[in-house]
Amino acid sequence: MSDKQVVNLKPDRNPMDELLREDRLPHIWCSGCGIGVALTCFIKALQKSGLDLDKVAVVSGIGCTGRVAGYVKLDSFHTTHGRAIPFATGLKLANPELKVVVFSGDGDLIAIGGNHLIHAARRNVDMTIICVNNFNYGMTGGQAGPTTPAGAITSTSVYGCFEHPFNIPYLAAASGAVYVARWTALHVRRLEKSILEALHKSGFSFVEVISPCPTLYGRWNKQRTGLAQMQYYHDKGVIRHGLDPKEVDIGLHGEIVEGVFVDIEKPTFLDFCSAALAKNAETGGS
Amino acid sequence: MSKDGILTGEFFMMGDVACAEGAISAGCRFFAGYPITPATEIAERMAARMPQVGGTYIQMEDELASMITVLGASWGGVKAMTATSGPGFSLMMENLGLGIMTETPCVLVNVQRGGPSTGLPTLVAQGDMMQARWGSHGSYEIIALVPSSPQELFNLTIRAFNLAEKYRTPVLIMTDAEVGHMTEKVVIPPPEEIEIVSRRRPTVPPDEYLPYEAGDDLVPPMANAGEGYRFHITGLTHDERGYPGMDAETQERLIYRLIEKIRRNRDDIIQLEEHGLEDAEVVVCSYGIAARTALWPVELARKEGIKVGTLRLITVWPFPEERIRRLAREVKAFVVPELNYGQIVLEVERCAAGQAEAILVRHAGGGIHNPRKVLEAIRRAAR
Repeated sequence: MSDKQVVNLKPDRNPMDELLREDRLPHIWCSGCGIGVALTCFIKALQKSGLDLDKVAVVSGIGCTGRVAGYVKLDSFHTTHGRAIPFATGLKLANPELKVVVFSGDGDLIAIGGNHLIHAARRNVDMTIICVNNFNYGMTGGQAGPTTPAGAITSTSVYGCFEHPFNIPYLAAASGAVYVARWTALHVRRLEKSILEALHKSGFSFVEVISPCPTLYGRWNKQRTGLAQMQYYHDKGVIRHGLDPKEVDIGLHGEIVEGVFVDIEKPTFLDFCSAALAKNAETGGS
Repeated sequence: MSKDGILTGEFFMMGDVACAEGAISAGCRFFAGYPITPATEIAERMAARMPQVGGTYIQMEDELASMITVLGASWGGVKAMTATSGPGFSLMMENLGLGIMTETPCVLVNVQRGGPSTGLPTLVAQGDMMQARWGSHGSYEIIALVPSSPQELFNLTIRAFNLAEKYRTPVLIMTDAEVGHMTEKVVIPPPEEIEIVSRRRPTVPPDEYLPYEAGDDLVPPMANAGEGYRFHITGLTHDERGYPGMDAETQERLIYRLIEKIRRNRDDIIQLEEHGLEDAEVVVCSYGIAARTALWPVELARKEGIKVGTLRLITVWPFPEERIRRLAREVKAFVVPELNYGQIVLEVERCAAGQAEAILVRHAGGGIHNPRKVLEAIRRAAR
């Protein structure tokens, strides 16, 4: 290194600072949690996206991941449990110039918000969903949810979970999403790339992020540290781009299939809307 | 219809349709809803009309979604509305609370039908009046307007939008199946004769903007998404920056302001219609369709020599406490016909505080009052 290229080892600013609310840090997330990783990938993707950041809005629901909206220095909305997607729908349709991102957790988007998820995907409303899946309800202390693998121990499935979990990419794809990907919090470069692709997609794009929750889910299921969970993602993560999302369930011990499963084009809600209006204007409304 | 899609003139119009037209005249350009009798005609009218005025109609998957989609649209900078009836109103309570907490201007119309539960989908009631006041959890004030004709439904829908924008709060229109499905003459004035109020906008640069910093009027200026303010909004208890504050002091400061911004402006918000109260010994206090069925019995009672007057509540919430208190010192009794088993009569009784009797003329809904029953109550009150 020549003396002209001095690296400041203690820079005043982190490159992500422009997009974080520093006055709200430190954040509430536990050490070993993957939500911060997902947020980092999102911010890096945003910085590379070339989007006008004044026109980017982040909408969250309730839960650990729901707190993301409170940390990003963008127009950001921390709404009610499960309702981030319909709020985002109103925002986007009222101002189509906005790039609307819903950043929330599996309990929020798949359980209480499940109905909104499938309908927004069906309508193909233009928005990007980042769904952090940690297999349990973290904020309330680690209860079972719609993604908890059968047999997993949680505070409300003390004899092992009796329910089959949702396969989230399959649900999103079947509902009509135009882009569906899944990555673990270990595969950060690929995750960032997928978020960037999702941001540039026209229509309902969906990225699932598999995240460690060592404090709660991991503790009860023999993965007591964030590192142990990351090791598991390393050992059991397999990339299968284009695989039928039907095949990507996550079990208690099996492999975690990652990749981009859906990447298609179809008209959005607003495309249909403006086409009909243009036709109406031509024919004088008859 | 003008080139920009605005109606003007005299029409023979259904109440629900008049409501939709009132919204359009008020500047509403977004409607999200879910079909439900007897409010569906509002959605149908908006589905046809929104595109003609450059607005958006979207049919949501349920009323939970409808209500919060309206909030999202309002933050997108557009005046927005939804309409429903009892079962949907129950679902909307969740995000009505978010609207109050985040101070989001919007309008929610409830065309009341018989309940509880599915009740009487096609038939009238006024059973949601207390739900309108207390239906969402927590301490708050709400504005609720009650029309008793299609014309008034048109007028009050405009007023609802103006109040929502002025005070940054959801406003309820608590109409009913009779008024909603009634067809009468409705006059729509030319746009230049309609007063329109829009949310006060921030005057400071984005880096100085605090989304919940209010001046003396307690209503903070509102930035819309996408304008560069990069604000944060939350349903959590929050400070002036919009940041969560999990302590009793922040809670007290916020809730006090949310409640006071309505209470201090009661005189501006409350609208009443009074007839024959100068010498009245009995006051028929009613609202909506029940106020119309009370007209004839009041006339009959006057012919019998009973000194009876009418007080029609056009604004039900905030409740006109002061007017009832003053009247209670001057009259013998209030007769309160309502299509429920006693809701607004409780408020009348509270404000009368023993100085005058409050007599309920109850009706479970499914029809309107038999005028004879109202007349009997007036006679009893006069004795």
